[in-house]
Amino acid sequence: MKTQWAPTKLEGWGRYPRHSAWVARPERMKDVENALSERDGHPVLAYGLGRSYGDAALIKDGRVVLTQRLNRMLDFDPETGWLRVESGVSLKEIIDTFLPRGFFPPVVPGTQFVTVGGALGCNIHGKNHHVDGCWGDHVRRVELLVASGDIVICDREREPELFWATVGGMGMTGVILSLEVKLERVESPGILMESVRVNNLDEFFEVSADSADFTHTVSWVDCVKQGASMGRGIFMRGRHAPADVQTGASPLDALASFAQRILNVRDLESNLWLNKATIKLFNEAYFRKTPAGTTSSSVHYVPFFFPLDAVDNWNYLYGSRGFLQYQMVVPEKDAVREILEVISNSGMASFLAVIKEFGDRDHGGLSFPSRGTTLALDFPNFGTPLLDMMERLDDIVIASGGRVYLGKDARLSKAKFRQMYPEWEKWKAVRDEWDPNYIFQSELGRRLGLVGGAK
Amino acid sequence: MSVLILGATSPIARAIAGVYAEEGHAVYLAARDVAEAERIAADLKVRFGVRTGFGAFDATNLDAHAALVEQVESELGAIEVALVAFGDMGEQEESETDPSAARRVIDINYTGSVSVSELVAQKMIERSSGTIIGLSSVAGDRGRQSNYIYGSAKGAFALYLQGLRNRCFRSGVHVLTVKLGFVDTRMTYGMETAIPVADPADAALAIKRAASRGENEMYYPRFWRGIMGVIKVMPEALFKRLNL
Ligand SMILES: Cc1cc2nc3c(=O)[nH]c(=O)nc-3n(C[C@H](O)[C@H](O)[C@H](O)COP(=O)(O)OP(=O)(O)OC[C@H]3O[C@@H](n4cnc5c(N)ncnc54)[C@H](O)[C@@H]3O)c2cc1C
Repeated sequence: MKTQWAPTKLEGWGRYPRHSAWVARPERMKDVENALSERDGHPVLAYGLGRSYGDAALIKDGRVVLTQRLNRMLDFDPETGWLRVESGVSLKEIIDTFLPRGFFPPVVPGTQFVTVGGALGCNIHGKNHHVDGCWGDHVRRVELLVASGDIVICDREREPELFWATVGGMGMTGVILSLEVKLERVESPGILMESVRVNNLDEFFEVSADSADFTHTVSWVDCVKQGASMGRGIFMRGRHAPADVQTGASPLDALASFAQRILNVRDLESNLWLNKATIKLFNEAYFRKTPAGTTSSSVHYVPFFFPLDAVDNWNYLYGSRGFLQYQMVVPEKDAVREILEVISNSGMASFLAVIKEFGDRDHGGLSFPSRGTTLALDFPNFGTPLLDMMERLDDIVIASGGRVYLGKDARLSKAKFRQMYPEWEKWKAVRDEWDPNYIFQSELGRRLGLVGGAK
Repeated sequence: MSVLILGATSPIARAIAGVYAEEGHAVYLAARDVAEAERIAADLKVRFGVRTGFGAFDATNLDAHAALVEQVESELGAIEVALVAFGDMGEQEESETDPSAARRVIDINYTGSVSVSELVAQKMIERSSGTIIGLSSVAGDRGRQSNYIYGSAKGAFALYLQGLRNRCFRSGVHVLTVKLGFVDTRMTYGMETAIPVADPADAALAIKRAASRGENEMYYPRFWRGIMGVIKVMPEALFKRLNL
């Protein structure tokens, strides 16, 4: 069957920017190859579940290949945990299938609605980065449809450079058809966790240093507070629970599923919900709800890993203007302080903000995580003042030797990108060798000077 | 006991196969594209730990149908449920101008369906047990200029299933006719439809439930029964003037 290209307006999770493209939704492997050869001279890009925030999965007027129907699980070895799946399989499907058998994905982001192809494209990290690295560290083989139309199997021995460039390659090396990932053994669906209330940034770093025994750490941080309480928040640390631990159903789950049943968040889309006042109120209430000191509990993995999944389409709460996330990593603690100061002084507080210390591993290429502290902040799209502030933050990040996460980005400049990702040229050289005519492109790639135009 | 899926690569067929596999049934995936049938078989095995088989099935190659049915039974055991899910809309305009194209649409959607259903029914009648699910279409309820070659073949298939149901009744073999409206598959992808398009997973659950309950004929989505009710009673004098 000839490729059916449907004109569609696409957006990332932040709903900014939006671009129209011609979109195909292959259901068979052959359909993907056909889509590439029937692209009619236009650039091509794969789109998973669109959980990257900015324009990583968008290509204006290009040809987009949705992978959601390419979701067959091809092979599993219960002895070793190696799983071979097509790229459109979601982490939710993997968890639902394998948790009852005692396996869990080696790395999960803050939502389970991502595809394994997207997970590799952004080389995602989770709360266990300091122990287990990124998604790509647990992938051993990738089947990639490259620009020539060939299907190339690459791993650390065969075409190792292509493999390296594809891990964190933001879709610009080709379409990932399938991959092999090693699932981790777990004994129960529960998480043993502790919440520690921290009153400022210094306490955050102390608790973080103290938490080396925990495989999973993350902290929510209040970015409204200034002065002595700047950086206050709730530090959460945990590990997969042993077999005999019972997890109580969280009353929050019941509430969320109730809310979900009676309302469609998409109908609540309004630019008014999240403003400076409501954000401040939320941050205050969230801090107060957790008792001072350390609280231990055992919780189900869903509220621990994916608290936001409880409400479908929560991104619509930011209104039609959309929102932007700024996620950066900086090696110096002072830079974290400086960044929080700029944000709290700006008055453009972030509704949701998380902070975590990464492990020392640098993953190379366009992969994001590296040694230091990462902060992720969501801002309603306030327009120019926000973009200006982010430019200022970029300068602090660069001065400290850090970088911003491309999977969350919608606005970084080419010049600043090059200062943040010293391996960009090496990455581009490998990419260009496999795709000299820039068949694979994205808006992000164009903006950052990685694809399209003159070499 | 096994479930045979004929035309396994459509999203509805795959979803129905999944619903049966989840209950622990062995499933055989037959399709024109064997490589895809193999992937779906692998998927069901990984997800549900059931025994699976796969093989080539070409609706128009009638001579091979009997061997396939034997193959399924020897590999996975007696066929308890058979889903006739394959179909091909062809291109209406091509069917109008090229008799061999029209014949192909009829052969796939009607002749091929009859051939394989008969073979399976014979086995089931001998054992006095089994269910045949045939996927027809609302396009078969009334001829329309936009797709009447395909529609007439699907309509004939529905009529055939009626007769088969009548014949099988005494032996306790059940026949379910499913008349599909718009389901979100590649047939409807990118189409602008005024009527909502159903999710294949929901369709699969509804069809399995209807089969277990012994329903004879169902529309899916269900509201198509009402729509087609209206369309069927329109006087021909009026209907022939419409641009449908
Ligand atoms: C609530 C929330 C929390 C998050 N938390 C985290 C977190 O903790 N850590 C983290 O690292 N990320 C996090 N993310 C980001 C998310 O994990 C990544 O953006 C992920 O890549 C999204 O997967 P996706 O399937 O939606 O991919 P998409 O957003 O559709 O695509 C992402 C990129 O991968 C490419 N791609 C997708 N599929 C393929 C394929 N088959 N072949 C080639 N390229 C492909 C796309 O072209 C694009 O460049 C979070 C996102 C949300 C919404």
